[in-house]
Amino acid sequence: MNKSIRGVAIVTILMFLALLINATVGYWVRADELNNNPRNTRVQDEQFGAPRGPILAANTPIADSVETGTRPYANQRQYLDGPLYAPITGYYSYIFGRSGLEALYNAELVGQADSQFTQRIVDTLSGRAPQGGQIQTTIQPRAQQAAWDALGDREGAVVAIDFTTGAVLAWVSRPSFDPSTLASLDFPATQQAWDQLNTDPASPMSDRATKEIFAPGSVFKLVVAAAALDHGYAPQTMIDTPQELPLPGTLITLPNLAACGNTQQSLDNALTLSCNTTFANVALDLGDDVIREQAQAFGFDSAFGGDMASAVSTFPADPDPAQLAMSAIGQFEVAATPLQMAVVAGAIANDGTVMEPYVVEEVRNNNQRVVSSHQPTVVNQAMTPANAALLQEMMTHVVQRGTGTQAQISGLTVGGKTGTAETTPGASSHSWFAGFAAEKNVAVAVYLATDAGGTATPVARAVMEAIS
Amino acid sequence: MMSASEALPVVVYRKQRNAELGLCLLASLFGIGGYLITHLNRGDALSITSLLICAGWVALCIGAHLVVRVRCAYADPVILPSVLALNGLGLAMIHRIDIGFEPPMAAATMQLVWTVLGVLLFALILIYLRDYRVLEGFPYVLFLVGMVLLLLPLVPGLASPRNVENGSQIWIEIFGYSFQPAEIAKIVLTLAFASYLTANRDLLQLAGRRVLGFHLPRMRDLVPIGVMWAAALLVLVFQNDLGTSMLFFGLFVMMLFVATSQIRWVVIGVAAFTAAALLIGQVAPHVATRISSWLDPFSDYDRNYQIITAQFGIAWGGLFGRGWGLGRPGLTPVASSDFISAAIAEELGLVGLTVIIVLYLLMVARGLRVALTSTVIFGKLLAAGFSFVFALQIFAIIGGVTRLLPLTGLTTPFMSQGGSSLVANWIIVALLIVISHQARRPATTMAPVDANLADDETAVIQAQGGVGQ
Repeated sequence: MNKSIRGVAIVTILMFLALLINATVGYWVRADELNNNPRNTRVQDEQFGAPRGPILAANTPIADSVETGTRPYANQRQYLDGPLYAPITGYYSYIFGRSGLEALYNAELVGQADSQFTQRIVDTLSGRAPQGGQIQTTIQPRAQQAAWDALGDREGAVVAIDFTTGAVLAWVSRPSFDPSTLASLDFPATQQAWDQLNTDPASPMSDRATKEIFAPGSVFKLVVAAAALDHGYAPQTMIDTPQELPLPGTLITLPNLAACGNTQQSLDNALTLSCNTTFANVALDLGDDVIREQAQAFGFDSAFGGDMASAVSTFPADPDPAQLAMSAIGQFEVAATPLQMAVVAGAIANDGTVMEPYVVEEVRNNNQRVVSSHQPTVVNQAMTPANAALLQEMMTHVVQRGTGTQAQISGLTVGGKTGTAETTPGASSHSWFAGFAAEKNVAVAVYLATDAGGTATPVARAVMEAIS
Repeated sequence: MMSASEALPVVVYRKQRNAELGLCLLASLFGIGGYLITHLNRGDALSITSLLICAGWVALCIGAHLVVRVRCAYADPVILPSVLALNGLGLAMIHRIDIGFEPPMAAATMQLVWTVLGVLLFALILIYLRDYRVLEGFPYVLFLVGMVLLLLPLVPGLASPRNVENGSQIWIEIFGYSFQPAEIAKIVLTLAFASYLTANRDLLQLAGRRVLGFHLPRMRDLVPIGVMWAAALLVLVFQNDLGTSMLFFGLFVMMLFVATSQIRWVVIGVAAFTAAALLIGQVAPHVATRISSWLDPFSDYDRNYQIITAQFGIAWGGLFGRGWGLGRPGLTPVASSDFISAAIAEELGLVGLTVIIVLYLLMVARGLRVALTSTVIFGKLLAAGFSFVFALQIFAIIGGVTRLLPLTGLTTPFMSQGGSSLVANWIIVALLIVISHQARRPATTMAPVDANLADDETAVIQAQGGVGQ
């Protein structure tokens, strides 16, 4: 009998061995898939409630985590001045996921990025809970606030960049929303806030500064002027400037809205006064390929690299001469983000060099040690430095005695270009300004929506003044 | 032919009571540790009450040990500590699941009451059951009682609403108390099988004809295994629980094998059961549903919610677990009952689950050792039966929770929330301790009854050769 009892013992051991092997195989083989399953609320909740580093503008945490002291969400995200910084921070929501820097730098914010590997090991070995990293943005809170205030309740957007580096100093879109309402742990309230934001006709969650494209209007004349200077034109070159230019192949004419006379204007004067027919003639002379190449050199038709995740600005692929003439004054299918127009103004001010725009200066560990920092990146040489200097001078004329006089700031060399663009013929227009303040190394683009009231130029001045 | 009789080696076992005391104290730390760490991890201040509870638990462990020390001084010193460790861990985990709810539940308090009751019954058996052989001799009565208990959940009006929860019809409800009759049937049927086989093993061993090198039993000797087979299939079809069905049929086949030392019973039994189970799986839709819930639970999240959330919890626990009180085992429905091993894996990780399985293995191995040590046929069969029934039950439920097997409604011995199971298992442990004590104590104090006639070494004279081992 003992022999058969030993047999039973062997069977028993095999059964327990099967349990142990199955559990081990489960850990090595099945666990990853189970943990990545979106229905695994344990993992989802843990990640949502994990300590998350702050996003900083100068020394101000514009997004920050506070401990709740409750389970299962140990931390709650909150946004200081949420609407002011919403397009930058984005939101962090249990139901609706993440956007903006919260999405782009999620790994760094929770301390799980590859660059934070050593820190994680140190934390694990010392028994500390893993800490999230800090995201230092390039935003200047004073300029951001000035842009916000200058826009007031009007629909519009402002982008200011340091044209020598590409650092984004102000990034405002109005109307805006408060990301705190979406980060709430009160999920029904979050759902309600989300529904409300998405049905609001003012579409407060749209980022007009970098994610929407609009007809740039006369501001696009900067691109045409740059192309002209690179193709044999000089600021003093005289160009036919009829009051009305019949568009080839159509029955309609393109009029000048400013007092440009009815004969000829120099390129310089035409920019100062914003003469439509002059620039239409330049474009018809150069051809669409030249204009498109110049636009692309400034960044049109492709996404900027880096962390902006902006919308792509476009120049039409195959316009007929009439469409080309309209494109030259920033109409037809030309469309740009305010960010793109700030980059155009910035590249001109930076002697023709296009810098890649970016908003995250550096990522630091919880102990302030820098994990990674941004190196200014040259995208392109869009113009020769000599031609860029000529165009800078032409732009200062616009501010000194042309359409942009409201941008004057005493003691500063300010250059720029104003713009209005019709979305539908006969209706009122967008208002644009793109320009620079040379001594402050800042380029600014302002966009005001149709019916917003007022013009973009004073907004730009307020922002340039606020830049330190 | 069996080997010729030889003189029994004279083995004088040491009492090892101090070793047991040490192990009991160590084992008590499992439960206390889990309980205290849970509260520390959750940031609760330790109250006088919680310290009193800890002191009470140590006292209970020492108390159980003292009864063994006084009444069964020669018993195996490892069985009681491993049971106490498992019971303590179970209590701590049930308490931990309780306080995860808002407002907290009080299942652990009830479970503690049942534990005290179980230990009291354990003590009473050790004190009053001087010789377990009084239990031998009523095989048919016990068999009938066991069968009635096993099939009780099928009686209309008795079935518990809990059955709907997990799909198996193995709970009954009397006066508002839920109860698994299979837990009691486990004891009764093991006693019945051991009694029956002690009386009839020679017949089952020898009679029959040899066909093609295989020794076929006589038709009438197939009756017992046939009856058990039919009962097991009844359970499978009507109670929809492969675990319970496998538990009792496996127990019987194994005891038949131990009694006769003949592998043919295992071959016949396993073949007949597998064939029937496969056929039923094809025919009965609810059994097929169970199989699909096992093989591919993710095909239906709603129906398999319990097993899926348990898998999520186990995966989240990883290698070392979230820590006592830091996981979320409560997300799994009725986590403290069938799925307590998943809760252990979630909070203590693969490492914790391994420790639990090894503790069970220790308990079962020691039980089988009692069977080896005993010189009484009835005692050998009883100890082997009880140990194996534990092994099968643990295999079925932990295997079900970790998806090695289809999920079953069986309890995790000593850990799952549930009074009937806890009390029944403590009774079994008491019987194992009594058998162990009688097997290990010096021969002089042994009752001089048929010990030498009925033991393993008895030679059997056979008419024809070629039978036996």
